[in-house]
Amino acid sequence: MLSNIGIALVYLVLIFSFLIIYISSVDLKTSSQFIEKNIYKLSLFQITFTVLSFFTLIIGFVNSDFSLINVYENSHTAKPLFYKIAGTWGNHEGSLLLWVNILVIFSYLFLIFNHTHNKKFRLYTLIFQNILILGFLFFLLLNSNPFNSIYPIPLEGLGLNPILQDPALAIHPPLLYVGFVGCSIYFSAAMASLLSGYAGKLFAQSIKTWVKISWCFQTLGIIVGSIWAYYELGWGGFWFWDPVENASLLPWFAITALMHSLIVLEKRNTLYSWVIILCLSTFILSVTGTFLVRSGILNSVHTFASDPTRGIYILSFLSLMIFSALIIFFIKNKKETYNFNLKSRETFILANNWFMVFFLVTVLIGMLYPIFLDVLTNVKISVGPPFFNIVIIPLVVPFMFLMAIGPKFGWVKSQNKIFYKILFLILGAIIINLLIFYFFGKYSFLSNLIFIAAIFLILYSLLDLKKIFNNKKKFELPRIISHLSFGLLVFFIGINHQFSLEEDFNLKVGEIKKTNNYEINFKDMKVKENKNYKAIIGNFKLTDLKNDLAQYLNPEIRIYSNPETLTYEAAIRTKITSDLYLTMSNVSRSDYYNIKFQKKPFMIWIWISALMIALGGFMQLILKKNED
Amino acid sequence: MKINISKIIIFSFTIFLLSVFWLGLKINHNYDTKSLVGSKISKFYVTEINNENQYISEEDLKKNKYTLINFFASWCSPCRAEHRYLMSLSNQNKEIKIIGINFKDKKINANNFLKDLGNPYNFVGEDTDGKISISFGIYGIPESILVNNELTVIKKIIGPIDQVQFNDILKSIQ
Repeated sequence: MLSNIGIALVYLVLIFSFLIIYISSVDLKTSSQFIEKNIYKLSLFQITFTVLSFFTLIIGFVNSDFSLINVYENSHTAKPLFYKIAGTWGNHEGSLLLWVNILVIFSYLFLIFNHTHNKKFRLYTLIFQNILILGFLFFLLLNSNPFNSIYPIPLEGLGLNPILQDPALAIHPPLLYVGFVGCSIYFSAAMASLLSGYAGKLFAQSIKTWVKISWCFQTLGIIVGSIWAYYELGWGGFWFWDPVENASLLPWFAITALMHSLIVLEKRNTLYSWVIILCLSTFILSVTGTFLVRSGILNSVHTFASDPTRGIYILSFLSLMIFSALIIFFIKNKKETYNFNLKSRETFILANNWFMVFFLVTVLIGMLYPIFLDVLTNVKISVGPPFFNIVIIPLVVPFMFLMAIGPKFGWVKSQNKIFYKILFLILGAIIINLLIFYFFGKYSFLSNLIFIAAIFLILYSLLDLKKIFNNKKKFELPRIISHLSFGLLVFFIGINHQFSLEEDFNLKVGEIKKTNNYEINFKDMKVKENKNYKAIIGNFKLTDLKNDLAQYLNPEIRIYSNPETLTYEAAIRTKITSDLYLTMSNVSRSDYYNIKFQKKPFMIWIWISALMIALGGFMQLILKKNED
Repeated sequence: MKINISKIIIFSFTIFLLSVFWLGLKINHNYDTKSLVGSKISKFYVTEINNENQYISEEDLKKNKYTLINFFASWCSPCRAEHRYLMSLSNQNKEIKIIGINFKDKKINANNFLKDLGNPYNFVGEDTDGKISISFGIYGIPESILVNNELTVIKKIIGPIDQVQFNDILKSIQ
């Protein structure tokens, strides 16, 4: 029953997309200044049916309707309601439906909110967006239909992968999809802009809100994924340069560059071609990432989605997108002349863009090199953190300096007034760094530079912040918060990296281990039955010998029944100054448990500063609205 | 559209990239060790874990009839499980030299590990950041590579050595 309703709704969306493309193409030729009313109506129908189809699937998951293969494969009656709902997008087919939903929602919102802009431009955008929608609808119907039914109807489902049963991970995919798929709208808008000749300042204004929205969601999505890795995977790290993490970074670099150069286009009416390239590549990189992850070319935590036949479809679609984008760009793009003064804000923004491109290319090479080597020479390698750390970290130093100084330069041309301020603050940063170095321990020359640059950025932003409260230039606040938080993020990651404590040992119940001013006492162990898993809970007394402070930590080993899997839950005690992190895992055929104890300074501040970067973006959305 | 060199380069690069992806879809992604068996190991240079001045390279392996290069870490529990096979290998057979590469580990932990469980290695090399292991084509640990005096890989074991693998190793070096 649900299967038929779902498929019918998807077909309706398909029909409406065709109709929208057709009527829009006809409407392009009319002389009227306004878009035909029917197009609005059709779009409204389209969005209604898409959202309904998604709700149909959610209902299937909530009611555990195992007549749908997708529900059967990814859900189970014993799962808590929250994870039943999250299961909807916790698999390839369901997430593809969510993908289509976001394409349609953005298409509709762009249509109704941009009514002040040129008609031809809006129609072309609508046409391109609906071509994208069609592409993904065909993919969904031909290869990955979430509404496929199964007969006879199974009594019980196979269950959702336990490591996905986590609140952070339940919201991680929707956030990322809004971020990544949201980019589609300015891919379409960029194509439309090339075709309709609606360029420059006005084009920048038409897409800037959408760029900001998708930037915020991408940033937030990446952070939530990282938080999940920290709490759930039990390794105590939060960024692993895993191919899938890298895939999410590529569009983020492009969109961050875009967000900045868009300001130049809006204020100075230059850099148009570059903005177009970034618009096009952001979405192309999103789809490339999806292709790499879902085709199974890369192996990682996200391999739930791997299937080569999907790969062929996404790759064909990707090729089509890239070539049409390239051809239209080469035919329509006109040469621009740039005349930038070296000491102007646009120069700094351009510098930001070069850094972003450098980071992007580095990550891209690190990701693609193993694939190339495998395909061309049959040698299998993996590129790990050392490569990324060596290439990227040194460049972060000048990047942060520019990030602090750049926004202080005026448009077009500026004077040398701020030179002494910079000198003074660098001196301050060096002194603070020396104090940390002297009191807390030694670290490498590069780390010194990183700390100095981060502290400089923080100090500079704090001064800016103070100025804002004096002269009430509120619109600068979001930018300062994001830049300040980036400085804080790098600073806290640096501290965390330098001063983390990590101990690894085996213990059995009743044993005590003393290490680095801590005494770890494995007191006892409990077994607890839960709704969908059985937990072995260790009870550890952790005594801080310096302050004579005792606390109890309870890491778990969880045995999930559907599907049968072991997961290790870390016990994490978060404090303002540091996290205590304890995991235990069983050693086969022995009474001993492998214990991993970590003390990670300022962990919570890493999350706070990362979230503040995103907050800056959201504030920009709200504040700019009020100004208009 | 005017055709110029930069456009041609961009187009050819795109086509190249997409065709690599296309080929990438067709190859087998299960990590396959067959291709490594029979090939020669590349040049390497590892320093001793407790003595930075002491090192070995591929030249040293030529002196041994057989060398088993074992990648291990104190934090890896399967490594503990396989350790007794390494111990008996080093006690039983004098033809084979065992080299341990300590993968992303801390010196103290590694030394304690060897103190607790015994040291089967003729040489323990240090690989703090995992780069050396990667150059050997190591995917995860434990892994072991059996090499003869011509530096040809005879056998590659992914995962812990168990009784079957242990017998296989003995058979290969007879």
